[in-house]
Amino acid sequence: MKRKEFLSGVKAALPIVFGYIPVGMAFGVLAAQIGLTVSEVFFMSLLVYAGSGQFVAVSLMSAGASAVAIIFTTFLVNSRHILMSAALVPHVRNIPRWSLPLISYGITDETFAVAMGEVTKEKKGELFFLGLNITSQSFWILSTVIGASVGNIIPDPRAFGLHFAMPAMFIALLIMQIKNKKGILLAMLAIGLSILFKSILPGNWNIILATILTATIGVMIEKWTVKYSPSSSG
Amino acid sequence: MMLVTYIPRMLPLVVLSKMNIPPLVLNWLKYIPIAVLASLLAPEIFMNETGLDISLNNQMLLAAIPAFIVASLTKNLFYTVFSGMGAIIIISRFLG
Repeated sequence: MKRKEFLSGVKAALPIVFGYIPVGMAFGVLAAQIGLTVSEVFFMSLLVYAGSGQFVAVSLMSAGASAVAIIFTTFLVNSRHILMSAALVPHVRNIPRWSLPLISYGITDETFAVAMGEVTKEKKGELFFLGLNITSQSFWILSTVIGASVGNIIPDPRAFGLHFAMPAMFIALLIMQIKNKKGILLAMLAIGLSILFKSILPGNWNIILATILTATIGVMIEKWTVKYSPSSSG
Repeated sequence: MMLVTYIPRMLPLVVLSKMNIPPLVLNWLKYIPIAVLASLLAPEIFMNETGLDISLNNQMLLAAIPAFIVASLTKNLFYTVFSGMGAIIIISRFLG
């Protein structure tokens, strides 16, 4: 039973693996180019484990940024995970508390999205989350290390369509989250806001701002529909 | 760097799970997945390096169409990822 639950997490991680392989390799190549050693890449992927965070950090390092600037920017890039971590709370009530610091270590955009898709179908235990997170991170570490070791001799991931693995995964997970017309409306709103903020603001503020605004508008629509049509549940 | 990555992930989950969250906040959190997924996806398919790109030259946007259709019909992650990857391979062959 326990083994089965862990394996269901491993299986749920497979689409993430497709996405992490090309992105991880690309990161490894870039990191090696600016002078990071293979073991530095390994420890960065093990300890930091943040796709966009690592890319931003490495490009700042190559630009000669100060440690404080690098750390602060990494925090800003990762601050969207605050929202994801909070959104998981209602779904981990059944999970032993000791495992929460461990589970939260593996929260990324992708593992969050997959976990949310699964927990809305049925309750999941800690072994599911650990299977999902350990598999995803293992392949992230492996891909970045391979990228850093072999460099640019790897074939173009575009030839295999791997650069579309992650967007396709987000499309599927978004569709699975949408359950009614309000969901469609909010998704379109978030898409519009994200594009707008991305056009006018640096970094990935677009994700944080569009998410906060969309969720707030979602709550407001709910209040409004309950007030004016008590029979509908949205 | 490890701390600024770990703390945003860990604190809300560990701290909030100890507390009784008010219904209003729970309601708000309910909308985070849709909002965050749509926000992550939008720039990937609707934008290029210079800005908004809604044109036939945008291969990611073109590949997103069959991916959306397959996702809506099957609600299956694997089918969507494979059809999306297949679509972008075919599209890039035709459009170079």
